Amino acid sequence: MKILVCVKQVPDTNEVKIDPVKGTLIRDGVPSILNPDDANALEAALQIKDQNKDVTVTVLTMGPPQASYMLRECLAMGADEAFLLSDRAFGGADTCATSTTIAAGIQKVGNVDVVFAGRQAIDGDTAQVGPQVAERLGIPVVTYVEEIELGDGKVTVHRQMEDGYEVIEVRTPCLLTCVKELNEPRYMSIGKIVDAYKKEIPVWNHMDVELDPKDCGLNASPTQVFRSFTPPAKGKGEMLSGSIDEMSAKLVDKLKEKHYL
Amino acid sequence: MAVNVIKEKCKGCSICVKNCPFDAITMEGKLAVIGTACTSCGVCVEKCPFMAIEKTEEIKEVKDLSAYKGVWVFAEQRRGEIMPVAIELLGEGKKLAAEIGCELCAVLCGNGVSGLVSELFEYGADKVYLAEAPELEQYTTDGYGKVIFEAINEYKPEIVLLGATHIGRDLGPILAVKANTGLTADCTRLEIDPEDKKIRQTRPAFGGNLMATIVCPNHRPQMSTVRPGVMAKAERIPGRTGETVELKTDFLDGDIRTRVLDVVRSVKEMIAISDAEIIVSGGMGLGKAEGFDLLKQLADKLGGVVAGSRAAVDAGWIDHAYQVGQTGTTVKPKIYIACGISGAIQHVAGMQGSEQIIAINTNENAPIFEVADYGIVGDLYKVIPSIIQSLD
Repeated sequence: MKILVCVKQVPDTNEVKIDPVKGTLIRDGVPSILNPDDANALEAALQIKDQNKDVTVTVLTMGPPQASYMLRECLAMGADEAFLLSDRAFGGADTCATSTTIAAGIQKVGNVDVVFAGRQAIDGDTAQVGPQVAERLGIPVVTYVEEIELGDGKVTVHRQMEDGYEVIEVRTPCLLTCVKELNEPRYMSIGKIVDAYKKEIPVWNHMDVELDPKDCGLNASPTQVFRSFTPPAKGKGEMLSGSIDEMSAKLVDKLKEKHYL
Repeated sequence: MAVNVIKEKCKGCSICVKNCPFDAITMEGKLAVIGTACTSCGVCVEKCPFMAIEKTEEIKEVKDLSAYKGVWVFAEQRRGEIMPVAIELLGEGKKLAAEIGCELCAVLCGNGVSGLVSELFEYGADKVYLAEAPELEQYTTDGYGKVIFEAINEYKPEIVLLGATHIGRDLGPILAVKANTGLTADCTRLEIDPEDKKIRQTRPAFGGNLMATIVCPNHRPQMSTVRPGVMAKAERIPGRTGETVELKTDFLDGDIRTRVLDVVRSVKEMIAISDAEIIVSGGMGLGKAEGFDLLKQLADKLGGVVAGSRAAVDAGWIDHAYQVGQTGTTVKPKIYIACGISGAIQHVAGMQGSEQIIAINTNENAPIFEVADYGIVGDLYKVIPSIIQSLD
């Protein structure tokens, strides 16, 4: 059985700070990481591999050349092979165009039984690419997967809802997007780190995956960024002073004054 | 649109490299080079002191989009009840439709849900597209996707809005690919460009560190998802009515490729922190799960609810359903009391719309104080009992 995991290298947005004076993003020292939900997706695939010897796990990403570092991390966690879709022609892609490129990459890998992806990436939080890849591949999708049971030619999953979950059965091949409640991603192992650096990571451009440049990247993106801006900071309010009881009393008075209480 | 460096003007100062939110620019010798990670956000264009970066509009064949008319709202229902976010979208959709000068329509799918049609009229829909079939009893991506896509194809809406719920975020991307159009996720603001009547969709990106306004110039419909709790609910006008259009629901074997075996509602109620007027929220500073008992006392006293930061949820002190922030719920209560929450940007992104923000933290330099209307530096285990006392 062949499992493919879609992963993305993202800046750790928790570490990003705003320069309070200039109002610009401070990127210095912000690490690039394997997107957290994608780590859960990879872990799900690796757990299946742990239990079934004939399972291979392939990881695939689209990104700049440096995304290969993240792919090596995935290999060091236990993935068998990794591919990088990287081409200037893929640049500036919105979710719609990204899904075309990734679907083409999955087709090139070929004969995939289950595709795993993270629910969403922390740099965009769109949660769109996973389902869109499935739609382009013509396979069914289940999003927000928090439990997986693999059967013969089918998968039974729990799909997280706001107020509970649904139990859904889907035939393979299919695509599942994973949430963090699914599992606890493993660490890289020392032995595998060494192996990971011996493996070759093929890099595919648009010709390798048989895409016309007009069908990928910016050219194939229906949405465009009209403008970007840092959100205006809400002005700092009043720091209350005095003893704890005095501060509490002041707070209650002020909220009463403004008719909030 | 594409971002290009004008080689003759670039001085190699690397200011653009530092400012690029996506790490997409590298220096090759004395020249900035835009890499594949570029999203054309344009931040570098503004930051370049030498005007050496330009954003160019590509001349594309102008399509005739005039056949697309009307604002559609996906009227998500669960167990025969319209989701609150659908009513918020009708409120927002009404404004957009008025600015464009078109009608507001709701799309309702289910089985035995026709009773909800009159409610949708009362909340402002001029027209309701109704799809009823046993196959639509439960939400499935394939079932809803097929029916709504066929309706989009036939009736050609200009704009389609969906709630960013676990259902809307599943359905939206599929519809966008089927209709070959763009979808902007989790919008916090929608506006109509007064000149060309196209929609401008603003959303937080990059964990709330950056806001991006997105357009979809050459594809229709223009699609957005909007998070629950962001827009104001539509006003209900009893007795208001409109036109019902029944949609085709012909399903073949194999059209729906997933089977819902069971729907399990956890004991917890559907937690409506997005509707709460007063929220008492806790973070890492609580130090232990029991801290939420104290917050609950204050919340009960004020007639509010408790919530938590991502750190508190990750620590297992409170369920994810109560999480406020970029990856949790967006809230805008009248009063938000942040207890032991440092104020990471992704948390602030989910609560900065609150009318009054009160921060209690032992660290006087905590970023939460930057957005607070009132700040108290102190141990929350002393401050909260004191506030409860002051309220008596």
